[in-house]
Amino acid sequence: MTKIFKHVQSTVVPLPIENIDTDQIIPARFLKATTREGFGNNLFRDWRYDNQENPKDFVLNHPTYSGKILVAGKNFGCGSSREHAAWAIVDYGFDVVVSSFFADIFKGNALNNGLLPVQVSDTFLAKIFEAVFADPLTIIDVDLEKQEITIASTGEQESFEINAYKKACLINGYDDIDYILSHKAEIEAFEER
Amino acid sequence: MGKTLFDKIWDAHVVSSKEGFPDVLYIDTHFIHEVTSPQAFDGLRKAGRKVLRPNKTVATADHNVPTWEQHLPIKEELSRFQVETLAKNCKEFGIKFYGLGHPYQGIVHIIGPELGITRPGGTYVCGDSHTSTHGAFGAIAFGIGTSQVEQVLATQCLLQSRPKRMKIEVNGKLQFGVGAKDIILYIISQITAAGGTGYAVEYAGDTIRSLSMEGRMTVCNMSIEMGARCGLIAPDETTFNYVKGREFAPKGEEWDKALAYWETLYSDEDAQFDKILSFRAEDIEPMITYGTNPGMGIGVTQHVPATKDIDATEQLSYANSLKYMGLTDDQLMLGKEIDYVFIGSCTNARIEDLRQVAKFLKGRKKADNVTVWVVPGSKQVEQQAIAEGLDKVFEAAGISLREPGCSACLAMNEDKIPAGKYCVSTSNRNFEGRQGPNSRTFLASPLTAAAAAVTGRITDIRELLQEEELVG
Repeated sequence: MTKIFKHVQSTVVPLPIENIDTDQIIPARFLKATTREGFGNNLFRDWRYDNQENPKDFVLNHPTYSGKILVAGKNFGCGSSREHAAWAIVDYGFDVVVSSFFADIFKGNALNNGLLPVQVSDTFLAKIFEAVFADPLTIIDVDLEKQEITIASTGEQESFEINAYKKACLINGYDDIDYILSHKAEIEAFEER
Repeated sequence: MGKTLFDKIWDAHVVSSKEGFPDVLYIDTHFIHEVTSPQAFDGLRKAGRKVLRPNKTVATADHNVPTWEQHLPIKEELSRFQVETLAKNCKEFGIKFYGLGHPYQGIVHIIGPELGITRPGGTYVCGDSHTSTHGAFGAIAFGIGTSQVEQVLATQCLLQSRPKRMKIEVNGKLQFGVGAKDIILYIISQITAAGGTGYAVEYAGDTIRSLSMEGRMTVCNMSIEMGARCGLIAPDETTFNYVKGREFAPKGEEWDKALAYWETLYSDEDAQFDKILSFRAEDIEPMITYGTNPGMGIGVTQHVPATKDIDATEQLSYANSLKYMGLTDDQLMLGKEIDYVFIGSCTNARIEDLRQVAKFLKGRKKADNVTVWVVPGSKQVEQQAIAEGLDKVFEAAGISLREPGCSACLAMNEDKIPAGKYCVSTSNRNFEGRQGPNSRTFLASPLTAAAAAVTGRITDIRELLQEEELVG
């Protein structure tokens, strides 16, 4: 079931790196679980810890930055279709990922797990990074109903796109399978063709 | 107005299309494997749902499996449990499962085509991004997440918005020593790892048309590495000849009927594409990647681009990438010493790949300091290779032919490249740690990988070969 999502106001975790692939988000060796839980511990595992499990100099190990919003460089979530990447981000405690460009499959997986991918312009992304690096307590406001993202301290705002159906799913907790099964007669008619 | 190949296939599979909603798209065959399916079956059980059409899902074990002594129980406990869970789920829901030891087992994107399950005009999905491979037959095929695996199991349909259409043409004669893998690595290097995002890409032009089915699969396989939703190539005689007579291919009257339809599958002359790109085959060298995404590739004789020449906003990521790879600005790739060679994966583990590598290795030996893994894509490829004596050629070169699986492409099994070591790999991804924590990957064609196996260095295959050696 999709969790219900409407509005998030939070500090952010900045990750100004381009082309973050899902192998970085959750390395393949952690894909052996048969449940959806617990992947947050291994989120960005090889960027967070060295071979001896010592924490590395990485933003998730930095007490300065925390929050429910992850802000990353363009082409976020490229590579493997593993939904485990979305599960890991959600399990770690994020509700929103902001980037100037998302890979297709990741975007779909995120939406199917109540994780909102917010695509902003390169300029707005740069403004968020600038604001957060100047003041790590900067609050970002993401309003799904209005489709607006705002930097609270400056009031700078941008609207973002989302498929109307997926928006309704997030706001109401709808399930894709129920929607498709409401077309059962059409599916059967298709198979008869 | 005419239609693109993509739209013809899409339109033929739309169950329902409503304004403001994604289309409900019918899926002809759903492929599943052990890694991205267990949570989907769990979801079905929790919701009390059934698999709507169990005979339209095909399962195999590939991502996690050992590539040595497959007749023994899988040693690694979590891997064994995952494969056993798949077997159990298939039994419970009535799905055909080609597990270890089955003559049809193999990498999911290799067995679909070789069994004649993948056909022109079909729709194919799998919880694996390299599902784009199947598009080589003139089909719509793409990777999906586990929630969507559950969706397809429950409904045999997928909610999906129609992507934009791109045509990529390659025309002209390939230089000798250059093949399908070099074509696709070249295209991605030109349009970047995100250049195809949001598009269904149709590959066209006489160079593409001249490729074998195996080569076309290599090209379509890596469509996802430029972010494309899928890649496809209009079917022709090459396609029909490949499909004909395969285990599950249509036979007799069914074949004639299918063929008549398949012959209508091409983009009409006046079809509109959202974007068209053209490349010249003559511009393509044997390719090698130097960075940590598949867009970071160059001709094997070229120098690593300097950080200062990269777009300002991307310089930090670029410099980090070179640092990870242990390379420097302007470095010449030729002559770089390497430690491992991996010939395998859904990109390059078909019989033609193995034949080409064996032909080159005949009478040669691998370098002493290099570990070489040759991993066939399926049990059928392995058996064919043995029947043709390719295993003996590999043995004489100091290399063992292993057993089928995804292996070192993603290193979920024991086949891991150690930290800091360099691997020339015929797989599809050079991401950080992809082949094992802190491993370093150079993506290349099977021939370039084989050349590196022999010299222990990044090598221009054209220096080792006379043109006539590659012909015939």
